[in-house]
Formats: sequence, C-alpha cells, structure tokens
Amino acid sequence: MIRIKCPYCGERDHSEFSYGGDASIEYPSLEAPQEDWVKAIFFRENIRGVQKETWHHLNGCRMWLEVERSTITHEIKSVKPCHPDYTKIVENKQ
Amino acid sequence: MSSQRIDNFGKINRDKELRFKWENKNYFGYDGDSLASAMLANNIKIVGRSFKYHRPRGIMSCGVEESGGLVTIGVGDKKDPNVRVTSQELFEGLVASGQNAFPNVNFDLGSVNNYLSRFFAAGFYYKTFMGIPPFEWGRGTSIWMFFEKFIRNAAGMGKNSRLPDPDVYEHANDFCDILIVGSGPAGIAAAKEAVDKKLDVILVEQDNLIGGDQLSDNDFDTDTAFKELQNLGVRVMKRTTAFGLYDNCVLGLIERVTDYNTSIDKELPRQRFWIVRAKHIIVGSGAFERHIAFNNNDVPGSMTVNASKHYLNRYGVLTGKEIVIATNNDSVYLTAEILANAGAKVTVLDKREKIDLKFNRNNFEVRNGVVPYKINGSREIKSLDIADSVNSKYKKIDTIQCDQVLMSGGWSPAVHLLSHRGVRPEWDSENLCFLPGEAKENITMVGSARGIWGKEDCIKSGTAGALDALNRLGISKTNYFFPKEGGWKNAIEPLYEVKFNKSRSKSFVDFQHDVTCDDVRLAHREGFISVEHLKRYTTLGMANDQGKMGNIIGLSLMADLLEKEIPEVGTTTFRPPFTPVAIGALAGRSVGKHFMPLRTTPMHQWNLDHGATMIEAGLYQRPWYFPKTNETISEAYIREATTVRKSVGICDVTSLGKIAIQGPDSTEFINRIYTNPFAKLPINKTRYGIMLRDDGLVLDDGTCWRLSDTEYFMTTSTAQAGRVMSWLEELLQVRWTDLKVNVTSVSEQWAVAAISGPKTREVLNQCLEDPSVISNENLPFMGFTSSELIGGIPCRIARISFSGELGYEIYILADYANKMMDILWNAAKKFNGCLYGLEALGALRVEKGHVTGAELDGRTTIDDVGLGKMASNKKSYIGSAMRKRGVLSSEDREKLVGFFPANKKDTFDAGTIICEKNNIKGYGIGRVTSVTHSPELGHWIGLGFIKGGMERWQNTTVVGSDLVRNKEMEIRVVSPHMVDPDGKRMYA
Ligand SMILES: [Zn+2]
Repeated sequence: MIRIKCPYCGERDHSEFSYGGDASIEYPSLEAPQEDWVKAIFFRENIRGVQKETWHHLNGCRMWLEVERSTITHEIKSVKPCHPDYTKIVENKQ
Repeated sequence: MSSQRIDNFGKINRDKELRFKWENKNYFGYDGDSLASAMLANNIKIVGRSFKYHRPRGIMSCGVEESGGLVTIGVGDKKDPNVRVTSQELFEGLVASGQNAFPNVNFDLGSVNNYLSRFFAAGFYYKTFMGIPPFEWGRGTSIWMFFEKFIRNAAGMGKNSRLPDPDVYEHANDFCDILIVGSGPAGIAAAKEAVDKKLDVILVEQDNLIGGDQLSDNDFDTDTAFKELQNLGVRVMKRTTAFGLYDNCVLGLIERVTDYNTSIDKELPRQRFWIVRAKHIIVGSGAFERHIAFNNNDVPGSMTVNASKHYLNRYGVLTGKEIVIATNNDSVYLTAEILANAGAKVTVLDKREKIDLKFNRNNFEVRNGVVPYKINGSREIKSLDIADSVNSKYKKIDTIQCDQVLMSGGWSPAVHLLSHRGVRPEWDSENLCFLPGEAKENITMVGSARGIWGKEDCIKSGTAGALDALNRLGISKTNYFFPKEGGWKNAIEPLYEVKFNKSRSKSFVDFQHDVTCDDVRLAHREGFISVEHLKRYTTLGMANDQGKMGNIIGLSLMADLLEKEIPEVGTTTFRPPFTPVAIGALAGRSVGKHFMPLRTTPMHQWNLDHGATMIEAGLYQRPWYFPKTNETISEAYIREATTVRKSVGICDVTSLGKIAIQGPDSTEFINRIYTNPFAKLPINKTRYGIMLRDDGLVLDDGTCWRLSDTEYFMTTSTAQAGRVMSWLEELLQVRWTDLKVNVTSVSEQWAVAAISGPKTREVLNQCLEDPSVISNENLPFMGFTSSELIGGIPCRIARISFSGELGYEIYILADYANKMMDILWNAAKKFNGCLYGLEALGALRVEKGHVTGAELDGRTTIDDVGLGKMASNKKSYIGSAMRKRGVLSSEDREKLVGFFPANKKDTFDAGTIICEKNNIKGYGIGRVTSVTHSPELGHWIGLGFIKGGMERWQNTTVVGSDLVRNKEMEIRVVSPHMVDPDGKRMYA
C-alpha cells in the first residue's frame, strides 16, 4: 500500500487519496489554440522512474498535493501542496 | 500405515477429551490436538481424494503446505471447504467431511479417472477447446461448452454451502516499529533484541502456539516462551497469518478469532483482517521440507520426515510402525532416532554413498546409495521397492515391508512474503534451495527462511536481523553478522525424481493438482518450457498450497529436459495470499446494508411517514413514488405527474450537490467554468449553467446563484456532486493559484424541496411570512430571494423549474427540513396537491426534454444535447478550445431528439437501439436513453440520440430494436421538447 505523507494531516494510506494526474503538465491558457490543449490533455509520457503526479486528499484535508513517485518501486520521494500559499499554511502549522 | 497415540510423548492435555465427527463417525482427540493429529491418533488413513484421478490421499505434512488433508469443516451455512486438517485446531463438536469424492473418500466412484489418466494429462482443460482428447472429436465452441459443464463440476475440491455467510468478520488497523513474522527460534530472538531496544514489536504466529519448529522438540515449553515475550512487552498475535506483504512495509494479516472454538463469545468475529503498517519487517517464516517424486509417492502413509517428528513430540502420535525414511540430506537422522526410540522400526535410505554422522546405529538401519522406487499398495502402504543408482539410471534392488514412507528431498526457505515484494530468490547450488534475494525495502529475512538450518545459528540470525533493522531505521549502529547459510555436516545431494523405468507411472510433483513428472515432460514436448507456461499448462503450483512442496521438483525436471541449471529455468513468482483467505474476511463489515455508505436526506423519515417508496440514487435513498392504497408504481407516478401539471406537487430534491463559492475573484472563476456567460449575472439572480471537461465533453449541469459581488451558491446534479467539488478544488489549488476564491461543500447543510405546478404560488402564499416576495414582479423566473417560512424560519427561494411548470425550490437549514415539509404539505393539500418522487420527476423532465445523467453520460457534447446556444462565443472557458475538435463537430454525431411510438399503444424501454427501417443491424444509428409514459400526451415518449439529429430525422419513422426484451417497434422522431415547448407555464 502506498503511504502518502500529507503535509497537513501526516502519513496516511493511499485509500484516503484520489489520484489526480500528471503534475508536470503546464495547462495552456483558456484562449490557447486547440493544438496546445490537445497536447496538454492527451499526450503523456509513460515514465519508468520518478514522475510528478497530483493526488487529492479527498477523505482528509482535501488538499491537492504534488507527489514525486517512482513508478517502479512506488517509493515516494517528495510531497508538497500544489498551491504555493498552502505551503505557508503547512509551515505555520509546524 | 498404522498410526496411534502413544504414552510419554507430546504436549497435549490428556485430561480433556474433545469429540469430533469425521465422515459421520464419532471420534475423540485431546485438547491441543490439530484435526490432523486427532485423525492420525484414530488411525484414519484416507482423508481425501486427489483432484483429477481421485486417488486416495492421507495426511502428508504438519503445516500450511498440506496437500493431502483437505476437508470440509462444518455443516449448512457454516460449511467451510478446503480446510487443511494440519492447520485446523480440534475443538469440541467439530464436524469434518471428505471432499472431491462420491459417495465418500473411502469408496469413490471418481477413482475410475485413475484409469483414464491419459485423458487428464497436462493441459487437458485447454485441449477440450480443440475437441475431446485424444481424438479431437467434436471441435468448436458448442462442444466445448457442453464439455465444460462436466469439467466445472469435476473441478475444485470442496463445495461452498451457497448460503449467505452467517459469520461476522471485521477489519482492524495497527502500527508498530518492527513486525516479526514467525515465532521460531529466529523470530523470538529478533523480538527479544528489538524490544530490548525499546521498540514497539508485534510478533505474528500462524499457529495457536508459539515456537515454530521448536514445537517438535520434546524439551520446548511454549507457554514459558510466550509468557517471557509478553513480559518483555512484545505484542504476540497467535493464530494470525501474514498473508501478504505490500508497499511501505504494510502487511495483511488474518487473525482466526473463533475458528478454533465455536463456543466462545458469540460477540466476537470469526476472523479479523488486519492491516499493519510497520517501519521494518523481519521475516522468520521458516522452510518447507520437500518430498521426492517417485512412483506412487502419494499413497496414504507417505509424509514428510519432519512432520512425523512433529506428530510424535507435539501430539504424542506415532505415525507408523515400520517406517522407511528416504533422504538426500542430514536433517532426518534426529527424527529417525526419536521414532526408533518411540518404538517404530526405522530404515533410512540415504541417496548419498557415504556420510559422516554420529548416531546410534543399533537403533535403526541406514542403507546408503539407495532411493525409494515404488510404493506398493493403493489405499495404504504395503511395501516399498527400493533402487540403487548407477549413472542416474535407477534399478530396483529390493522390497522393504513397511507401513509408512517418510520423504525429505531437501528444504525450501519460505521466501513467499519477500516474493510478494517482487524480490527474486537466488539459487544456492550448495544447499539446493532458493534463498531470499536482497530486499531494498526495510525487510530482513532470518532463520531457515534465510537458508540457515541449525537452531543455534537461527537464533544468532534473529538477533542479527533485529540489529539490521535498528541500523536501517537509524536507531543504532551496531556491528552484526548473519551466520552462513546451510549448516549440515554432509553436503546434500540432488534428488528430485527417481525415474521409473517402465512406461506408466504416477510420480507426483504436485499432489494437490495431480501433476506428475510425466505431465512436466509432456508440457516440455508440447513446447511449454518457460516456467510461467509450465505452471499454467500443467497447473503445477496453482492449487491452494501454491506449490509450497512441489515447485522445485517441477523446476528441476524442466531444467533437466532443457539441459540447463535450475536458476536458468527460473522460479515462479509467489503472490498473496500466502495461504487462502476467506472472502468474508476481506469484505469485513461491508456487507448487506453496510456494503456502501447510505445517505439519507434530512426529511427521509418524513418521506417514509408520508408513504414514500424509496429508491437508491447513487448513495442516496430518494423517494421513488408515493403510492396510495393498491396503487402500482405506474399508476402512482402518472397520478403524481398529472397532479403537478394540473395543480401542485412537492418533491424532496435535497440530494443535489451544493457548493458555496466565496472570494473577490469568484465571478472570474465562475465565468471560466461555465460555458455560458456569468460575468453580468445580477445579484439575486440564478442561471442554469453547463460545465465542460478539459476535453470539451459535458461534465455537469446545474444552477448558480449570485448572492453578492463576491459570493455565489452553486448546485450540481446528485450524481456529479463529489466530482464537481474535487474539480473546483483542483482548478483553484493546481491550475489557477492566482485566483482568490474559496469553495466549500454545503450539500449537507441545506435541505431542498421543489414545489411545482400552476397552484404553486397560491400554496406558497400560505407558507411565507411575506407572500409578496414571490409575486411574479418581485421574483421573476430564475430569480431568488431570502425570506422566511411562517414561524420565522429563514429560507432561500429560487424560481427554478425542472418540471416545466411554475416552480420554486425552497432551501432551508437541514434541521428545519421536516418543519418545512409540514408547512408546504399542509398548504398543498388544500389544493389537492401531491407528494411526488423520482419517477414522476423523470416523467415531467422527459416531457420537457430536460437532460440528466442518462443523457449527460460523459460521451456527449453540449451541441449533442441541443444546448449549443449555451456555449458562449464571446469568452473562453474550460473546454471551449476542445469542444468542436475533430469528431466532436462531425455531421454524423448522435444528437438529442424525442421519440414517440409510431403506434401510440406501443411502449419501449431505455437501451433500445434505433435503426433505419429495413436496416436493422450493428450499433444502429441511435439509442433511447430515457422513457416514460407521458400523462400529458397520453402515450409513451422517450429521449435519446440519433445520428444527424432532428435536422435529418424529424417526423420520420425509424425502428427501435430492443435486444434485451427481444422486441421491435416503429418509432417516430420528434422534437425533444414534447410538452409546452415555449415554456409559457414556467414564466407564468
Ligand atoms: Zn491532508
């Protein structure tokens, strides 16, 4: 079982979270042409190794997290809030 | 075989007799017996029939690797098939019966298969696809399906009761620093060392007693060992199997809470499924003794050597009178001596020509350079033919009278748990076994699971294992070393199969699945040479013992055939569970009405009290219809929908998702997520909106209300409420981090009633403190206001209509839900109003052509459902770039239409496929998604999709093909807006 250290709630089972998607995607602006959106939505690397992904602490604090996880070993290298301001909240809590 | 209980041996409590039933006969054993030892004490020889050939089988081991003694325990709904007699504790009143046999295990008609064995060789199941072997008679699917019935009937050992499981199971969670699997010498040593360093230690033991292999030592005191560990602070979990090892040192455990004693506390669950999260795992899971493949090696009375020692020293059962021990290693000699001391006549056949060991030669006979060749006897062992080996050709030299043959072909460390983590074991050509590979995670193997045979060395390895854990956890830095693997004085020699030199033989590799050496050779001949193919083709190692005893013999045979070494052939990967786990334990308490969480609205009881029949809508219980006496569902919903159109009706719509959106950038946010413009929505106005996904398809629809410059209130569909909430959070936290907006789910805080029909305003006038707030002037269509119900109960009223009639939705704090319903209902009754449920709601919205989840199914665009007008061209929003991409703007898209039966008397159902006349085939050109009887029109109507939509098909007749109900009907394509298309009533 993957265990994710939520910066707000602590280390929890992955069943509390829901997987989001590729965290390395830079979403184009809403005005951007269709080609940019097609690339952002449908084209994905199939990474063997560490990838950045988003997880939602659905049954916890509901924070969206950016997680670096190895697709080979499931080892989690880092976890941080997706929203930069939330990092401050988390640091204040500690 | 002639097994019996003897005095002066064993640790059972002979003062406490326990009665049990086997195959309808009464027997007794003692407190402390396993079912296996009690059966052996009663000299029960045949305990089961083999899988394919129905050969008689006896007890072959003393542990979880058992492949002969599989029985059914219990009767009726308590029936539990495929229980290993070796792991089942005896309890008072235990009822056991044989399986895979008719009429019983002693006389089994299925044993005729023994003579038809050429039909049942490896791959027999797959070959039935090609016709009945060996003639391939009757190829094709139908003959296979015919044959399959018989295969299925013959397959599988025990049968389930097919009754609901009466037992209760529960889930439990725990944490610890170090979890140790196995309470053998190594596990106990590791526990003591770790707890000495003040760590939180759990020690898991599948047996009911701790000690592991020491339980077969005559001088080991399990109670003292248990108390010592407890006093030290080790948390010992007995009767608990570590069945799976997962990421991050998470272990799945099954604790058998009442399996061994059905009479204790009825409040306790049968089993407990534990998930334990440890920081480090130490595995001292022991090793399995292997058997030897030779002709008829499965006759009742054949057993592993160590099992016999176990039965003697733990249970006081001597398993034979004239015992032959066949070996290739040193581990058997202590057992030989003990068995001889207990009164058995013992002969050891050692494959090795010469060994150097000290033992009392007067006690038993040793014959070197000799191997077992063939067991004579079918229901019990009568004698054993033995052979010598010259250049690996075996030649019979003698026959020994005996009633038991014990086998030891070497030992295999139980590397299963490590294998669960994907760590491949490594072949040790000196000790002839697979040793655990190096784990990168925090897992340490100790004891004989590490390939260390001697007890003293096992203890040292346990201590070293604990120090290894401490070092890896960064708690201490101590030097340690593990003893070398092995530990026998004389080298083991390979002995996997004693090949029979006549054509037909039954040398079993895998007892439980009846896989013989010849089957392995057949698989090789037919090209199934990879280990994974060999496994699946022969089913070697696929029975519920998972090849704990036989796998390596199979590998060695394949290695021989391929002229390779065993490690080049490989080993199969073990997967969880280590031993079978009851599905009930995995389900835990999530059964029956607890299968899913149940959501009810705050007026749930009110609805029930007023006669509602409920229906599940997602997790919600919602009123389906409110039948009057003797009314059917159709009669009820038609009456309800008619009442709404003619007068007034009230419906609980609380299950809608509700989200509060607050912050200075709320308007910008809202404007980006809906397709239609929201920037200019005035305060106190609500707007129906559509949200798309990134890929341009419709996500959800709902309303959004502007409460102030910076605050909105959003409703979503019941089905998508959770998803929309997560989506908004994602947008704000991941994508648009510059927007200052906060979203909060308030779904549970508000209760909502929809009230609709021409009399609605008159009804509401009686319910409000200030009725003027809802006049047409003060509250026009799509307006909302904050007001008070009579009695001063604050509420929000929105003029929204899903039914197409004059309609309002009343939002109230959840605690006042019942009060609101009372107020509304008392007033509505005066106008001959009704309460209506989901079915009437559906009828009303289908008449109006309003879409719901049946149409917004994640495959449709906003244009497909005819709401293209709501997609703004003046702004960009989520999905705007993508909604017209490629196929999504094709002329051939299926578009929303209404359907009438051509013959007004016809009915149709959702799921009906729409085809062109005279061209009824394939996927058709459309589909029906929602249907209802229309009270307004007096016949059935439907919504659905058709290629090209209204432009192409309006007023033409097509054919509806319902493959489920096997009917066809002519259908006319009409506008989806079937009642009051101009919406005059809503604006009234
Ligand atoms: Zn959290």
